Amino acid sequence: MTRIGFENRLFGALRWVVLAGLAVATLFPFYYMLLLSVRPVEQLLQDPGALWVGFSEWTTETYAEVLRPEDAGGQGMLALLTNSALVSLATVVLTLVVTIPGAYAVSRLRFVGRGQVHLLFLAVYMFPAILLAVPLFVAFTRLGLRGSLLGLAIVYIAQTVPVSIYMLRNYLSTIPDAIEEAAAIDGCSRWQTMWRVTMPLAAPALLANGLYVFMIAWNEFLFALLFLVEDRDGWTVSLGLAQLSSGIEVPKTVLMAGSVVLTIPIVVLFYAAERMLTEGLTSGADKG
Amino acid sequence: MTSTTRVRTLRQRENRDGLLLISPTLLVVLAVVVLPILWTVVLAFQRIRLIDIQRAGLFDAYTLRNFTTVLGSPGFWSSLGTTVVYAVGGTLLSLGLGLVAALALRRPFRGRALLRGAMLLPYVAPVVAVAFVWEVMLSPQYGIVNDWGMRLLGWDEPIAFLTDRETTFSLLGLQIPVPVALLTVIVFEGWRYFPFAFLFLLARTQAIPRELEEAAVVDGAAPTQRFRHIVWPQLAPVLALLAMLRFVMNFNKFDDVYLLTGGGSGTDVASVRVYDFLTARFDVGAASAQALVLAVVLLAFLAVYLKFFAPAADGKES
Repeated sequence: MTRIGFENRLFGALRWVVLAGLAVATLFPFYYMLLLSVRPVEQLLQDPGALWVGFSEWTTETYAEVLRPEDAGGQGMLALLTNSALVSLATVVLTLVVTIPGAYAVSRLRFVGRGQVHLLFLAVYMFPAILLAVPLFVAFTRLGLRGSLLGLAIVYIAQTVPVSIYMLRNYLSTIPDAIEEAAAIDGCSRWQTMWRVTMPLAAPALLANGLYVFMIAWNEFLFALLFLVEDRDGWTVSLGLAQLSSGIEVPKTVLMAGSVVLTIPIVVLFYAAERMLTEGLTSGADKG
Repeated sequence: MTSTTRVRTLRQRENRDGLLLISPTLLVVLAVVVLPILWTVVLAFQRIRLIDIQRAGLFDAYTLRNFTTVLGSPGFWSSLGTTVVYAVGGTLLSLGLGLVAALALRRPFRGRALLRGAMLLPYVAPVVAVAFVWEVMLSPQYGIVNDWGMRLLGWDEPIAFLTDRETTFSLLGLQIPVPVALLTVIVFEGWRYFPFAFLFLLARTQAIPRELEEAAVVDGAAPTQRFRHIVWPQLAPVLALLAMLRFVMNFNKFDDVYLLTGGGSGTDVASVRVYDFLTARFDVGAASAQALVLAVVLLAFLAVYLKFFAPAADGKES
């Protein structure tokens, strides 16, 4: 057999093996999470290797326990979901308020130091979050902001601003200057052009970016752990779940139900906007 | 007003507007990133414990004792080694998997969009949730991996993936020590971040002009040759940039390791040590010093990277 024929057949077959392997590796843990969340814990201990259980054995008690308020004997995740949503929404709003003008300036206007802005963002990424954690912990304790969700949202902006400016700038640079020039000729000031012309055109990018920021804030763990751990009422879902697992003995199936509750909002949001998100992130990567 | 002054004022106005619009961004970065970093440097040279922080000031006595504490504490050097192994291992694995995935998904097939979406899940899902699923799957008592391993693969006893520091594995009469827990967290890292590499690499492969490869096929190039001479040169700069990004991220990683092992069993990466200094020993000074050491080591690695690979990464920034 020739080299070409051999390689074509080899890689042709390998490709399907790889695809199947990747599909199992990425999906199985999520399937397993769902499966365990509806199994009674005694059954898990008896038969840990089961890949499927009949509907008759399903239980929703795990979800009830994880969501029920604490004083009703549950784990109170519903209240924590609200906290997570509040922090994440606040982060989205604050980030966009800061980065919309910033991204506009970087993509459209010539100003002193424009070329250096990306160096600043590089610096943000180079320094470990843990390096920021200590002084922010100290500063927020002194300001009395440490236990507050708003304080946490402010810290999150630091994590989201660079990627947000990067995504928005990429999108804004695809909007032709001519459109803005036309608006200027029609008598719009710079601010009017920005608000009435550019921003409506950039709406898909703003939405995608908002979702991405929401995801980062929703999934964050380190700062939530450092800042909120003392007061249970302020916990985010991620933190609550982590505390649940390290605290008193809670059945693993309940923990899995909590993980499902934590994951579902993000997965739903992600698939609602998948195309916009992936394009927003990687546009620029394909320009060589 | 003459035309020359008009042009200049327009330019000046643009400059002023630009600075005005970018200033909120700069203020935020200054307040939550730059100042804290500078303050870490100060704190690292002061003896401050958590109970003193209400009184701590910029002009407290400066000392090198935090650094002697940190550098002399047991396990400092091995922890640094663990961090490097973890960062390099996680980077190679996630990039390797991402590359394989991008190549496998290059050509259209039925269900490609679905699979592509599914493969992003590990990256998108909350770290707490996925860390717990892994913990449950790998558990020696009720984990499915050990259950299947013993029933189908003939393992003699369950493997404690997350709590076993080292096990000896015999192969052809050789006793090979394997750092089980460290390998497990590296695999987790590769699993969680390969979608990130995959996404960027796939976008790049799709931008490779069709004609190039068609011409190579006509010329009788085998798939490996086409990869070596056409695809690889296009992907190499992206890979170099991704390698740097992932290395930096992994080097500073805290939550994945903390959630899986708590930093035990030979997985005490430097970030977890910073956290321990802060929350277990309430030693703000030592925590800052440890964080600073981490940043300095990282900068050294980056300097080496930029010296040797900068041309490859060039032009990606703008």
